[in-house]
Amino acid sequence: MSSRDQNFKNFWRDFSVNKIAVIALFIFLSILFVAIFAPLVSPTDPYDLNSVSIMNSRMPPMSEDFAGNLYVLGTDGAGRDMLSAIFYGLRVSLGVGVLSGVFALIIGSIFGISAAFFKGKYETIIMRIVDIQLSFPSILVALIILAAFGKGVEKTIIALILVQWAYYARTARASALVEINKEYIDSARCLAFSNTRIMFKHILPNCLAPLIVVGTLQTAHAISLEATLSFLGLGLPITEPSLGLLIGNGFEYMYSGDFWISIFPGIALLITVASINLVGDHLRDMFNPRLQ
Amino acid sequence: MLEYILKRFGQSFLVLFIMSILVFAGVNLVGDPVEMLINPEADQAEVERVIRELGLDKPVSEQYWYFLTNALKGDLGSSFIYNEPALKLILQRMPATLELALFSLFISLIIAIPLGIYAGYKPNSKASKTIMAGSILGFSMPTFWVGIIFIMFFAVYLGWLPSTGRGEIGSFLGIESSLFTLNGLSHVFLPALNLALFKISSVIRLTRAGTREIILQDYITFARAKGLSEKRIVLVHILKNILIPIVTVIGLEFGSLIAFSTVTETVFAWPGMGKLIIDSIYNLDRPVIVAYLMIIVTFFVFLNLAVDILYTFLDPRVRLKGMNQ
Repeated sequence: MSSRDQNFKNFWRDFSVNKIAVIALFIFLSILFVAIFAPLVSPTDPYDLNSVSIMNSRMPPMSEDFAGNLYVLGTDGAGRDMLSAIFYGLRVSLGVGVLSGVFALIIGSIFGISAAFFKGKYETIIMRIVDIQLSFPSILVALIILAAFGKGVEKTIIALILVQWAYYARTARASALVEINKEYIDSARCLAFSNTRIMFKHILPNCLAPLIVVGTLQTAHAISLEATLSFLGLGLPITEPSLGLLIGNGFEYMYSGDFWISIFPGIALLITVASINLVGDHLRDMFNPRLQ
Repeated sequence: MLEYILKRFGQSFLVLFIMSILVFAGVNLVGDPVEMLINPEADQAEVERVIRELGLDKPVSEQYWYFLTNALKGDLGSSFIYNEPALKLILQRMPATLELALFSLFISLIIAIPLGIYAGYKPNSKASKTIMAGSILGFSMPTFWVGIIFIMFFAVYLGWLPSTGRGEIGSFLGIESSLFTLNGLSHVFLPALNLALFKISSVIRLTRAGTREIILQDYITFARAKGLSEKRIVLVHILKNILIPIVTVIGLEFGSLIAFSTVTETVFAWPGMGKLIIDSIYNLDRPVIVAYLMIIVTFFVFLNLAVDILYTFLDPRVRLKGMNQ
């Protein structure tokens, strides 16, 4: 058995102690599956104008149209099947959340590790910027960016990256500071490896555990923030209907009692965010030696 | 000490300066400022007059200087929609937002502190585990969605509470607020509870962590050895000691309540600053957007400054570190 298999076994042994986290992981993986294969698992294509009929608008859950199609979660104001719209919405929400998380992780790690590595004025400036940014609530940072530069897919992703990078930078620097004083870094320096190689081939892999923890929790936060911004009409345009936009869609029908239009996308969002948070919370406990 | 405070002051002004450049750049360089700053219904002569008046025919650096000096004089332009100075519009709506944020801070504290102490005091009990699982659920729940559910359930389905707007305004000790009338309270309750939800989760976690640390301290063991009742230990020894970290965090959290109130105000049509900014973004009312961003950033910078200075008084270690820098 290779050492990688062994590592994974050890990891799984520690992870599976918490049954709730295992269930949460399973739920998240199912959501991920549905999101990736949305066109295959959805009963209908909610954005295919040929199959959507306004005649079927605002039908309650479990109702059938004249053609005998069943709408398990009902339909929205335009006659789209809610279940399919949610599957497609998950795709957009997860896509934006994960994409911005990955970029923020990369940018944050580069700044955090290089700050710890080069020290001096460079480190002071980077960490000051991080401190100042973290003193503002994330929604305010996103609001400032989107209010000043307008809405759109790229702008939302950029706003989410700018909101998150500071968390990664702080975490990366903290763990890099510990690693830098270890002997293997000294030996790498003695071998005259380039700075870039030491930073990203030697230090980075050893800082990954805390970065992954921050990554899971931040991704959950990013998904939730994107939904909020899209609901407010500042995030994604209506051409990219994420869960936040679906909920906002149902907001109009709130007073007429058509609860399903905004409740079901909200439940999907809640389950997604909560399952990621539960996994992240457990990972944090696992990697935190003080709690063991 | 004085040096530290002066340094922090300097830093705050630097942040404000950078933010003003950012906001200015966002409005003036990314889009067409003429389109953004001038009422789209204006005719050609009007457009040219305003361009000259705003100095848009001048170089960018000069324009920025003009913007900055005007902003310092309190002139942040006039709203296109309301035809009133943007600053005045925002200040008019500030009390509504502050009142909502204060009330929800109050709700979150009276709910979260007892639950947090309990969860920290008996960490392994079933109730504590439920509280902690609930708190994860609490900050996974999207605020705006919970707001919609509140309206559907309490206002539409049960019909107990009004769903939108601010109620009657009463006056008490010269302060005008809707918190002083029954009608006002019925209006503020749902939005405040909605806004508090996220805070409840984080204060529970904070209180629990503090309690768990404190019950391991010698003075708690000593209090037990003295034969004090558990009630007295919890209410006096534990509560007093967790309040210091909680109070400082709350100072900062109050700021985030104001930021998050944009969402709650939109859902509940609460006539505060948050709703104003969202409406202004829809209406492309740029002067109001710029004014709001500048005011809220100033507010945050000084809130942080105040908390930092307060910290140096509460915790000597911060003071010493600041001196060494």
